[in-house]
Amino acid sequence: MKKTTIKTSVVLAALAGSALFFAAKPAPPKNAKSVKAADESGLKLPSGFSALIVADNLGQARHIAVTSSGDIYVKINRARNGKGILMLHDKNGDGKADDITGFGTYGGTGMAIKNGYLYASSDENVYRYKLDNQQHVIDGTKPEEIVHGLLSRHEHESKSITLDNAGNIYVNVGAYSNSCQKEDRQKGSMGRNPCPILDSAGGIWQFKADKLNQTYGDGTHYAMGLRNVVGLDWNQQDNQLFVMQHGRDQLHDIFPDMYTVQQSAILPAECMYAIKKGDDAGWPYLYYDQIQKKKILAPEYGGDGKKEGSAKAISPVIAFPGHLAPNGLLFYTGNQFPARYKNGAFIAFHGSWNRAPEPQAGYFVVFVPFENGRPNTEGKWEVFADNFAGSPDKVKSGRADHRPCGLAQGPDGSLYVSDDSKGTIYKISYNNK
Amino acid sequence: MKKLIIVLLLSPFCFLLMAQTKQKPKAKAASTKAKPVPSAAAKASAANGLKVFTQTCISCHQADGGGVPRMNPPLIKTPWVLGDQARLIKIVLNGFKEDVEINGDYYSNVMPSFAYLKDQDIADVLTYVRSNFGNKASAITVKQVTVARTANGK
Repeated sequence: MKKTTIKTSVVLAALAGSALFFAAKPAPPKNAKSVKAADESGLKLPSGFSALIVADNLGQARHIAVTSSGDIYVKINRARNGKGILMLHDKNGDGKADDITGFGTYGGTGMAIKNGYLYASSDENVYRYKLDNQQHVIDGTKPEEIVHGLLSRHEHESKSITLDNAGNIYVNVGAYSNSCQKEDRQKGSMGRNPCPILDSAGGIWQFKADKLNQTYGDGTHYAMGLRNVVGLDWNQQDNQLFVMQHGRDQLHDIFPDMYTVQQSAILPAECMYAIKKGDDAGWPYLYYDQIQKKKILAPEYGGDGKKEGSAKAISPVIAFPGHLAPNGLLFYTGNQFPARYKNGAFIAFHGSWNRAPEPQAGYFVVFVPFENGRPNTEGKWEVFADNFAGSPDKVKSGRADHRPCGLAQGPDGSLYVSDDSKGTIYKISYNNK
Repeated sequence: MKKLIIVLLLSPFCFLLMAQTKQKPKAKAASTKAKPVPSAAAKASAANGLKVFTQTCISCHQADGGGVPRMNPPLIKTPWVLGDQARLIKIVLNGFKEDVEINGDYYSNVMPSFAYLKDQDIADVLTYVRSNFGNKASAITVKQVTVARTANGK
């Protein structure tokens, strides 16, 4: 019996694998058919994968980091009971967290482990905590403040972080605006030119990972013209920063004569950029249209949906349909998953809201195969983990049960996903060796 | 136990009745006429309210009025919608940029001004919002909007 099951699953895995590969482009529903509901998690995964619920009801679980022994640090968006960081430990080895402790009084998003420290961000500051040789925080009451005074003005407050291998930390400062209009989100209001937000927000700042009390002047304005980046990761293969931008909202609401409701639901693209120091991705002056495959001048700056924007702006390495809200990016370096996943990108899409009255979309984790630091099949992506929402109707209405946000890789090569709606932590593993 | 249920069932009614009585002198004629069978005017208002909602409000507040967690506030059973009517009209005219807590959550997105809408459209859409998504509050009249706009200067 066991043997047949294994054989069947191998065949299923092969079938699913090839189906995924060919069906990849922008057809997520097709992908969903080729996978099965895995287990208690309710997630739909490719054959051979299964998911476990490590913890539940943690609050707004944003980004996560996993230690060398499999403990999980979770950054909570709004501190609960005075605790903004949780540590999940599994005492009896059943994969479920049965010992949850907390520290850090502030809410926020950023969470990363590097070189003996746990890094965490509030919406204004970045802190770090010394770890012992078990990668446990030595004193949760005494963080070192690395960066302070970053702007947080209502919109796009998350200060997501990632670190390179040369002692630097990269911090997103999201633009406190949708498209830098004179009146934010006002129908017909034109863009401010030059956009005054760009000197201190709408970009990525680089700071020293081990230097205290830094603020804007101490860091490097590493990349600009990025409206809001929540998911970002350092690509170890080509030693480069990659970011996922949340594209602008409301093309139809603001310029109803230029964009239909349907166009506005899928435009502009959610973009992945490979970032070099000094790059400008063009916000707010332009956006990327994944259908025309062009950088289009924003209507606030004289665009009409067709005129192209400045050629100086960088182009995305891959573009996804609009408003899916990429909140987590992780390059997979583990050995547990099949070889095609190695060095590829996992992206947690939080799910859309700005598509209404059209149906919403997203609420899944996507995989993009990479070769030599770039997507290996141009523009191809596939849904890896689906059904966080709970049902197709909950996707359409946007009333998703769970919304994927953070991603982390465990020491055994498992993939962890956080959900900031109900506070669920999933562990996805490949069992079909 | 039974008593408790009755009290719980009745309390929203009392609240509504109280809210109703407060503004009775103004809206008496209209509300008694409209109650049993919706008049042609009320039907037209409801249809226009839905149309304006779909064109201008839906992308942020969503078809079910539930908003978007942490971004755009819900319109369901909140005093911002059911309470002070002049304040509600002013939000549509001026937009809303305050950090506001509703049932323990904060909402970060800016609401722009919708002063460009006609008084009739504002009255109809607010009436629609106040009488849908489980809300059962009284209509907002065109006159109320006109008065609020004059006082507001915008």
